[in-house]
Amino acid sequence: MGKSRDIIAYLQAAPLMAVLLAFLVVPIGMIVVVSFWGATEFSIYPAFQFDNYAFLFGSPVTYKVFFATFKYAFITWIFTLSIGFTVAYFLAFHVRTQAMQTALFLLCTIPFLTSNIIRMISWIPFLGRNGIANQTLISWGLIDEPLEWLLYSDFSVILAFVHLYTLFMVVPIFNTMMRIDKSLIEAAYDNGATGLQTLWHVIVPLTKPGIMIGTIFVVTLVMGDFITVRFMSGSQKANVGRLISNDIALLQYPSAAATAVVLLCTVLIVIGVLLRFVNIRKEL
Amino acid sequence: MEQRPRSFYYLAAFFCLFLLFLYGPTLTIGILSFQGKGGGLTFPMRGVSLNWFRELFEQQAVGDIWGSFRRSLALGLMVMVSTVVVSVMAGLAFRKKFAGSTVLFYLAITSLVIPSILVSLGVGLIFNQLGLKVHWTSSGFGSQLTWTLPFGLLIIFAVFNRFDKSYEEAARDQGATSWQTIRHVILPIIAPSLIGVALFGFTLSYDEFARTLLTAGSYNTLPLEIFGMTTNVTTPVIYALGTLTTLFSLAIIGVFLAVVWIVGKRRSRVGSDAGKAV
Repeated sequence: MGKSRDIIAYLQAAPLMAVLLAFLVVPIGMIVVVSFWGATEFSIYPAFQFDNYAFLFGSPVTYKVFFATFKYAFITWIFTLSIGFTVAYFLAFHVRTQAMQTALFLLCTIPFLTSNIIRMISWIPFLGRNGIANQTLISWGLIDEPLEWLLYSDFSVILAFVHLYTLFMVVPIFNTMMRIDKSLIEAAYDNGATGLQTLWHVIVPLTKPGIMIGTIFVVTLVMGDFITVRFMSGSQKANVGRLISNDIALLQYPSAAATAVVLLCTVLIVIGVLLRFVNIRKEL
Repeated sequence: MEQRPRSFYYLAAFFCLFLLFLYGPTLTIGILSFQGKGGGLTFPMRGVSLNWFRELFEQQAVGDIWGSFRRSLALGLMVMVSTVVVSVMAGLAFRKKFAGSTVLFYLAITSLVIPSILVSLGVGLIFNQLGLKVHWTSSGFGSQLTWTLPFGLLIIFAVFNRFDKSYEEAARDQGATSWQTIRHVILPIIAPSLIGVALFGFTLSYDEFARTLLTAGSYNTLPLEIFGMTTNVTTPVIYALGTLTTLFSLAIIGVFLAVVWIVGKRRSRVGSDAGKAV
């Protein structure tokens, strides 16, 4: 019995295993291998040399770009967390009927299922030199001439990140909040806690797993991004993802692979730290 | 009904602002896609016209939009079916806690959080070294699965965590084989969630960009085509395309929601189907 159960389990898991092996494990292995290869202007050749890494760690650009990547991740995290927590809190504790909750939750989720690129493009009429933001500010008399830093700047990059990824905070936090036993909150009130005290000492600690899962999503999505930074900064800003994609465009695969390995290690370390705070499988 | 606290109104206002933030930009390009013939990428509107939609339908004006749309549609369906089948099977497997299940689970999580460009680069390199041509039906398809399968798996986990095992036990007690239990007990119960998995599989694939970038080969999918347009198209035609593809996504979401609703309705009307199985 036990044996045949195991065999069935393996058969059922086999397709997932196969896809992950062929399109995740082997490709990453390949990236690690190629990161030691050499490249000429036109082709790459097998080798075992540390040139790519030596170049990477020897260049001041690398440190600047990694710093920018962490900066984007951190600022985006702050904003998505505060907005996401507030939205989830409203949905979980202030909306009374389940039908309304479902409807409002769906409203928050739908944009996630539409195109990211279109959602980025849709900021242009807002932030451009003659965009809605500038025109409104001028008509209110707050500024005399258009602000140049609205589009193609760190500001627009982070705005787009927050716009694209806040949902990844809302969903896990809402999910955790919905499972908080409401009688705990009543107990807090009955014992004389104010609303804020209840929020801080009861709800926030119980919501931590959701916050951690949301954090993992947002931080890894921002750290691995290359397209938002390129598009929203008009190619004026860089992060690690762009460094890799630029190398790819120049067919410098070994150099791209070395940067990718370092990025992967960085992301995995960050996740490893975050995972110490939460057991994902228990939280679903 | 109990009086609402003042904080409710602040939070409700915040929520409305959040929705405005989410939907405002998309609505704006929706409006601007009806820009008059001489109009540009920002307000003011110089008249109202269907000019930019017309240009989309004239093949020569822009790239191969309709071809890329057909490819994205086909790929989305392929990914959708595979995501449902593979994640349900894996979900069933994970309930049995086989040796190595933890490794497989963390592999799936890694697949989700890994920077997409690594999948793109790695798969591209493999195909390149094996002397295979990258194509959206092979390398593109597999790369997208690394993105959709973990989502499908997480949804299935959430479903099985809430699954009442006594239904299965009852089936087994009455002599059902394990396949009969799956087919007549488990699958019908989790069916509405499978519709959710299918919706995720399709839309995530339909809009996927980063993992398809180096793996789609010479025939672009729609997001790749749109991205190409952002660098050389400077007219509202790109808004018209954005509006159409967003409407298409919304229509798909609407269809899925309607199916979930109808299934739920029929269930509550028909009630128990006890005794109707084989």
